Amino acid sequence: MIKIKKYTCGYGSKIILSDIDLDIKKGEFVGIIGPNGSGKTTLLRALTRLVKTFEGTIRFEGRDIREMRHKELAQRIAVVSQNLPTIIMTVGEYVSLGRLPHYKNLQFLEDEKDIEIAERSMAFTDTIRLKDSYISEISGGEIQLALIARALTQEPTLLLLDEPTSHLDITHQVGVLDLIRRLKREYELTVLIALHDLNLASEYCDRLVLMDSGRVKKAGTPEEVLNYRDIEEAYKTVVVVDKNPLSAKPFVLVVPEEVKKRCKR
Amino acid sequence: MGNKRSGWGPCLTISIMFLLAAGLYSLSSGSAGIPLNKIIPIILKGRGTSEFSIISDIRLPRIILGFAIGGSLSLAGIILQGIFRNPLVEPYTLGISGGAALGAALCIVLGLHRLFPDFAMPLFGFMGALAVVLSVYLANIQRKIFRTDGFLLTGVMISFISSSLVTLILAISRIEDLHSIIFWIMGSLEEPGWVFIITVLCVSLLCLVVSYLFCLDLNALSLGDEEAIHLGVNVVKTKKILFFIAALLTGVSVSIAGIIGFVGLVVPHFARMFAGYDHRRLLIVSFLTGAGFLIFCDTLARTIVAPVELPAGVITGILGGSLFVYALSKKSAAF
Repeated sequence: MIKIKKYTCGYGSKIILSDIDLDIKKGEFVGIIGPNGSGKTTLLRALTRLVKTFEGTIRFEGRDIREMRHKELAQRIAVVSQNLPTIIMTVGEYVSLGRLPHYKNLQFLEDEKDIEIAERSMAFTDTIRLKDSYISEISGGEIQLALIARALTQEPTLLLLDEPTSHLDITHQVGVLDLIRRLKREYELTVLIALHDLNLASEYCDRLVLMDSGRVKKAGTPEEVLNYRDIEEAYKTVVVVDKNPLSAKPFVLVVPEEVKKRCKR
Repeated sequence: MGNKRSGWGPCLTISIMFLLAAGLYSLSSGSAGIPLNKIIPIILKGRGTSEFSIISDIRLPRIILGFAIGGSLSLAGIILQGIFRNPLVEPYTLGISGGAALGAALCIVLGLHRLFPDFAMPLFGFMGALAVVLSVYLANIQRKIFRTDGFLLTGVMISFISSSLVTLILAISRIEDLHSIIFWIMGSLEEPGWVFIITVLCVSLLCLVVSYLFCLDLNALSLGDEEAIHLGVNVVKTKKILFFIAALLTGVSVSIAGIIGFVGLVVPHFARMFAGYDHRRLLIVSFLTGAGFLIFCDTLARTIVAPVELPAGVITGILGGSLFVYALSKKSAAF
């Protein structure tokens, strides 16, 4: 579905990502992990052409994304970003904006199909009850669901998510990721998600991409990527990696400075 | 936050009613008061009566001009607030009015308005506006980037420069020129001749139609540039086109009616208060309300201390400003 080849990009004349090679297959749930500033968000932004390409190509379903029109791209790729809507609008109005890429020329109003699709997305994300509430009046967890509902309304084949679980408590973190996993199955989506939380990434993703200073340090299954050597190298932090007794997925524990000293002695 | 917005029907009805009421009020008031119930019989009777010529030759042209200019300024305001995502932006923020004022002041000082009494002032005003638009644009557009902050800052700076230059011209010009310059700057809808009235009307309606093609893009832009791109909007191209539409609307209005302040700032806010964020409604509601508001203010300006006529800009400022502060304290605005 996505083939990234020898891709180097950045902002202005500054290089942020260099020499990225990455293939993502249809229907995969891929997590991007890595320390702050390692290029996770930039990699997502590259897929929607928000950064300047210096070298290499990104192909989406066989076509170079630079040759696609804005609308074409938006009909296929939806983004759940960290930009929260700041203007006063209802959840229903916000979710309906997701239909914009599908509007025909000179179509100004939603037709029945548009309304149906928006309502289906809201029903699926359990936001239909908030349809007439203003976005400024709902909670952080609910806003996240509304963002996902809008992305679904775009009827994409690829869903990009940038840290959808930051600022959420564990209930909502698991809720959002469970939802994304269900969506992936129901809508046959391919999911590319940037995550800070290594343990959530390990539990939910089929494959992980570990980024370090603008390069792909390692890519593979959670078991392959989450080993203490690679994590310690990328994050410059001492960690312990073990297995979740129920899911058998690896989990990562941090080791504080004092504990480290005590152990050395 | 309890203000639920009205739907399409109520929004349009209210703004059309307001426009009609302003129009009728304007038709009926003036030095020769014509009662409302007599307007239709007079129009039906046709030419010949003095009342008919007052209505068709004096009041109607002003109403049409007020409609076009009020609509243009409010439309320009709502478009600019949309592309800059900044509620403080108005048509004059970008220095367009300053440029036009400078052009007009130069024209008066050079005595050109006596050589070509009908055309010189609007032409010079428009050229001044155009010069500013182009310099703001060229300073901030690189091939693929639309520098929003740069636009605003350059615009504000050019405003300052041109207002200083106008002050300089005022300081060294003769007394009779002073009066003309100051009156031009204050703005008025007084007798610009049919050619100009038709021009502004056509420009304003045409711009309304063209900008309406971008109403959904404006909706997407209200989420921010990146989100708009994610929704398939070609942000740079859209912003360029909309910027030129707003500049054209402002430039034409200013060069014909002078600087009528506040319409382009206050009316979009009022429109947002009852039409919500949706530009599909907002563009039309803003245009109609702005048209009605300017017609109303102009009528007040010419009747309130008759026979002296006040500049329309004075009334729009006082009335618009105080109404807005009142409305803002009553309920929270849409931004």
